Formats: sequence, structure tokens, C-alpha cells
Amino acid sequence: MYQYNNHDQTLIEQRVAQFRRQTESFLKGQISDDQFRALRLMNGLYVQTHAPMLRIAGPYGLFNSKQIRKLAHIARTYDKNYCHFTTRQNVQFNWPQLEQVPDILEELASVQMHAIQTSGNCLRNTSSDHLAGVCIDEIEDPRPYCEIIRQWTTLHPEFAYLPRKFKIAVSGAQHDRAATQLHDIGLHLVKNDAGEIGFRVLVGGGLGRTPIIGQVIKPYLDKKHLLSYLEAILRIYNLFGRRDNKYKARIKILVKESGMEKFSELVEKEWLLIRDDLELSTDRIDAIKTQFTPPAYETDAGQDTGFAQRQLENKAFATWVKYNTVDHKIPGYRAAFLSLKAPDSPPGDMTDAQLDAVADLADRYSFGEIRSTHRQNLILADVKQADLFPLWQQLDALKLATPNIGTATDMICCPGLDFCSLANASSISVAKEINDALDDLDYLHDIGDVKINMSGCMNGCAHQSVGHIGILGVDKKGAEWYQLTLGGSSENEAAIGERLGPAVAKDQVTKAITTILDVYIEQRLDDESFLDMVKRVGITPFKEQVYANN
Amino acid sequence: MQIIKDKQIIDDRWSYVADDAELKNGDISVSLARWKKDKQLLLKSDSKIGVRIGPADSVEDIVADLKDIQLIELDFPAFADGRIFSHAWLLRGRYNYQGEIRATGHFMPDQVFYLSRVGVNAFSLEKTEDLPVALSTLNDFSVNYQKSIH
Ligand code: HEM
Ligand code: SF4
Repeated sequence: MYQYNNHDQTLIEQRVAQFRRQTESFLKGQISDDQFRALRLMNGLYVQTHAPMLRIAGPYGLFNSKQIRKLAHIARTYDKNYCHFTTRQNVQFNWPQLEQVPDILEELASVQMHAIQTSGNCLRNTSSDHLAGVCIDEIEDPRPYCEIIRQWTTLHPEFAYLPRKFKIAVSGAQHDRAATQLHDIGLHLVKNDAGEIGFRVLVGGGLGRTPIIGQVIKPYLDKKHLLSYLEAILRIYNLFGRRDNKYKARIKILVKESGMEKFSELVEKEWLLIRDDLELSTDRIDAIKTQFTPPAYETDAGQDTGFAQRQLENKAFATWVKYNTVDHKIPGYRAAFLSLKAPDSPPGDMTDAQLDAVADLADRYSFGEIRSTHRQNLILADVKQADLFPLWQQLDALKLATPNIGTATDMICCPGLDFCSLANASSISVAKEINDALDDLDYLHDIGDVKINMSGCMNGCAHQSVGHIGILGVDKKGAEWYQLTLGGSSENEAAIGERLGPAVAKDQVTKAITTILDVYIEQRLDDESFLDMVKRVGITPFKEQVYANN
Repeated sequence: MQIIKDKQIIDDRWSYVADDAELKNGDISVSLARWKKDKQLLLKSDSKIGVRIGPADSVEDIVADLKDIQLIELDFPAFADGRIFSHAWLLRGRYNYQGEIRATGHFMPDQVFYLSRVGVNAFSLEKTEDLPVALSTLNDFSVNYQKSIH
């Protein structure tokens, strides 16, 4: 994992001092609300229904145990003993006091963390594959490039006042686990015909009100040109992106309105002018790569036989292994998911006690590293198979072992009406109701891979438009209603879900979801997944059942 | 009026002549449209000439004239209009403009640091009492991740 040098550390400390001054000026009335809004957003601070909301960057989802303990401490000291992991691998606190935010930032800086550019119309935290460096389908580890991009985007002077927010995601594997096609820029590490590795560059993806899937702008880009190409895209966007209407200000609208051909011509022209001045040297890449060398894996980890034995003896453990762990590139190791989707806790939330305990488990079993995922869970990426049983037991005691990763109760869910001032409808309580209805694990596992995403309004923070089942809160004359979509996906075959029909009332949502799942169970072919079935039969059979009594 | 120029607070001699006003003596700046229209006339005068550019203008429109222009004012209609930052970068970084680049209009003291990093060397703030704060923000950071233009 990347460790700050003096340069990095000085920069974040100076940023804390700067933000402290800005906050003090605001509190003294020297900066207007409007101006402070822009300044605080660039440092992750929203003002919400009850209190400010502070979003802290999880650089491409990587944390060490010390940082997780610091989050626990912040939750305890400055918040109500919990925090929330987001879909972009960040962490949110819902109850800090504005006056205390500079102190929180100072605490964060002491463990190499910050809230820089986690909101606002600027270059946001870069996200990536949560299995980077350990998965079996990797072309190249994306993390060094994420770090290079992190540094390049951090306090970039030219691109701090963009038309709208700008998100970059990087994937280095065959399977896209970072929703790269739904980012303003998506980068895929790919191999060209000559066997060299470079980037396929996608642009113009995004969620929100107008979900659009990104398109390839450069099928193959040499690594040395990574930053110049990003800069070219950003300059064109900064100059030509719409600023007259915030709903049309994302780069996806610029790409759509100018057409990919015209847009890529502009980018190409710009890029050729700057390409040679902004080359990324092999030395630089190699230097960053040394920070992501594999940990000291034991070579005989695969010889252990207890793991197989335990699974035979203990069905609950075997189930957890099946759903919450995945293959690792090193024999005898697995990556273990910590489910933040226990039935009785809001999706993505964690308490201070859980955070502390997880930090200890990471130290004991996974080289002190913790990762956050795009679906709002955590991962210990390097666990020896012999350690999985004790790990499971301890996770179970912490309520972090619900064996539901990738299933219908592994929902992505935004804060909704409970915390968000933009919400039309609640999401947490609906998620709980759905969870309760799907509490039979055998049923849940029989349904298998179903991704349910639920947002409390059309801003779409929880990616409902790309959920296999999407649930979107809408306001109907002051009442909470929910629009359902089917067939969305944020993975390799990214797709925007199709509307099922009229919105349903709050007390009908769970019934609608279970009806949809029942239709699937009745009509699926042998090994057909939910998404495959929706692709095969379309929405009609589902629609007929959900609206049968209307 | 006082402004910041080259990291100092100084008295300013320039004045802006609106499109519908008479040209006058002394160092004056005009809009890009006026510059295009009255270029020959302006070049004949003894005064120094400045051109004011808004975010929607294209820097490319004055590239050929840069040697005749002593001041470029980058005028913010609203502080969030980030096109100004790219204009400054292009003028200095690509077109190698050596004259004064000044930020004018509605921008915040807290933007002075980034502006200076993309090549703006003078700042005419909305409120002159903000000049000292704005000046001090130039020292907010001693380190950066990107190249700056000076
Ligand atoms: C509670 C405070 C929150 C507020 C006020 C808020 C506000 C917004 C708004 C206005 C948008 C739409 C932006 C656009 O369309 O350009 C948005 C999108 C988004 N938000 Fe939030 N959000 C909040 C919480 C969250 C949380 C908790 C998450 C993660 C779980 C999140 C993740 C996202 C993502 C991933 C998008 C979509 C990005 C895209 O369009 O590509 N937000 N948010
Ligand atoms: S989707 Fe809407 S309700 Fe949910 S967090 Fe985002 S802005 Fe708030």
C-alpha cells in the first residue's frame, strides 16, 4: 500500500491548515455561504438534513489498520459511533460539527488520510477494483496507476472549478468490478497485439438523472501518455462542458451533444500538443510500483487440510466460504468479504467497535490491510485458508459474516430521507423490509446473483439505474413512491435498467421485489442467472405479475 | 485602486473602457470584441493596451496579437467559472504570453493560489480589504503534485 513521503504529508497538512482558515473566515462572516459552499465541498463537506456530512477519501478503496482505527476514533469522538462506506470506496460521517471538521481533518492527516476532492465540481477520488493485485483475472495491477492519478488530480490548479464533478475509475482485470463504464473516465488496462500493456480509455459514462454508458475514445493508450491524455480530456471538458444548466453539465452530455467523433477530434488535437511535455517515465511508474509489491505470502499455505475439513464439518462456515470469499492468485490464500449488509443494520454502516475489531483482524490475518468495495462491503484481501475458520468465527460475532455477498440482500442503498436533504423517499427502512422478507438463507442462495440498488431520489447515489433490480424513490404529492427497473448492470455488459411500470407505493415495494424473484425462480432455465433471464424474456413476465392486481 | 501584482500590493494605473464609451488616454483595456473592431486605432495610440477576456471567449482569437497587448484581463462573471483557469494556462503555457495576466471580476481570494499556478500574475479583487488575505494564500502550499506556470 502506498506510504506517504514528506512531500505528500506536507501537502495534506497544509490543506488542513488552509481549510481551518477557510472555516474560521466563514464562521466570522468573512466568506459568503455561496463561496464557502464551494470551498467546503471541495473538502468533502456537505450540509445535510441534520448536520454536515463529511466524506473522507478511501484512495481506490485501500486502508490500513491504523487508518481504520482512526475512523473508529473519529466515529466515537466526533460522531454518533458509526460511519458509512460509499459506492465509491469512500467513508462518510453523518454527524460532525462544522467547527470540529478542521480537527477531524487534522486527525486524519496524522494517518495519511484526507477529504480532499471527495465532493464538489472537481476531480474526485479515483476508484478501482477491490480485488486489485490479488484476483485471478488480472492483466496488471491498477493500483500504481490509481496512485499516479490520485497525485495528479490532487489540488490540480486548472481543473478545480469544472462544470460538474468528475470521476475516474481504473480496472486492471478481465472482469470489471469498478463500474468503469459508468464513470466520466473509465480506464482498462489491456494488452495490445504486440503484447504490451496500456490503457483502453472510455469517456462519458455517468449515473444520476441521465444515466449513460461510457464509450471508448482510445482503444489503446501507451502508459507513458496516461496523464497527458487525461489532461487533454479535462481541458476540453473544462472549456466546452455546459455551465448553463447543472443537469446538463457532466461530460456525458458534452460527449452526447457534440457527438463522439467531434469530441474525440478535439481531445486528440489537444493531446498532440501536450503529449511530449507530460510523459510518464518508466522510472516514475516503477517507483510507484515498488509501493504495491505483494506482501510476504507463505509458500506452503496451500498445504493446509484443515480448511477443507472445517467446511465438511460446519455447514455455516462452508456457506460463508462459498458466498463471502473468492479465489486468490496465490495458492492457499483467499480474499474474504466482510458483509456490511447484516439484516438489522443500514447497508454500508459500521460502528466504532466493529471498525476497531476489524483493524485487529486485519493485523492478525491480512497484513494489516482493509479494502472497501464498490458495493459497500469490506475485504480482507490476503487471508490464508487455514485462518479463514477463526476469522469467520470472529466476524460472525461482530455481525460481519452474513453470507450474502452478491445476493439480493447485498443491496446498495443511499442514506435517503433519513439523512439526505435531497431525498424524495426513504431507502434504509425499505432495505430493511426487503431484508426481512428475504431472511431465509436457502431461498436467498437459491436466487443467487441479484444486485438490488436503491436510491432515494433521481440523483442516483446508489446506482439504481444499473441495478439488476433498481428501486428509485419518487415523490408523489408528498408521499413516498418507488419506481422499479430491471436488467441494469455496471459490470462488463453494462446496461441501464428498463422501467417496469408505474411507481409503487411504499408498502408495496417488498411485495413487488419478492414477486419479481418468484417469477425468476419459476421461469428460469437450468443455470440461468437473474440478469440472463431478464435479457432472455424481457420485462413483460415480471410486469404482469407485479401489476397483476391493478 | 490597489491590486496584487507579482506578489505585491501596488497602485494600479489601468482603466477599462466599456464597449460603448469613448477611448481615452492612458493605459486602457477593452473587451475582445472592441479590440477586434478598433485594433488599428488602438495600436496607433501611445498608451499600453489591455484586452479583457471572458470565460466564453476563445484565447485563440488573440494569439496573433499577443505581442501588441501588454495586459490580458481574465474576467470572472462568477467565481465558479473554471474556464478562466484554462485560458490562463493556454496563454502562458502554450502561447508563451509574457505580459501581465490579471484576474478581474467575481472571484474569491481563495482562488488566487490556483490562479497563480496557471500563470495569472495580477489580481484585482472585488474587495480591496481582501488583498492581504489573498496575498497570504499564495503561501498556503509549499509543495504541489503538478507543474505550475510562473
Ligand atoms: C447524504 C448526502 C448526499 C448528497 C446530498 C448527495 C448528492 C448527490 C447528487 C446531487 C448527485 C447527482 C450528481 C449528478 O447527477 O451530477 C449524486 C450522485 C452520486 N452520489 Fe451522492 N449524495 C449523498 C450521499 C451519497 C452516498 C451515501 C453515496 C454512496 C453510497 C453517494 C454516491 C454517489 C454516486 C456514486 C453518485 C452518482 C455519480 C454519477 O452520477 O456518476 N452519495 N449525489
Ligand atoms: S440518491 Fe438522492 S436521496 Fe439518496 S443520497 Fe443521493 S441525493 Fe440523497
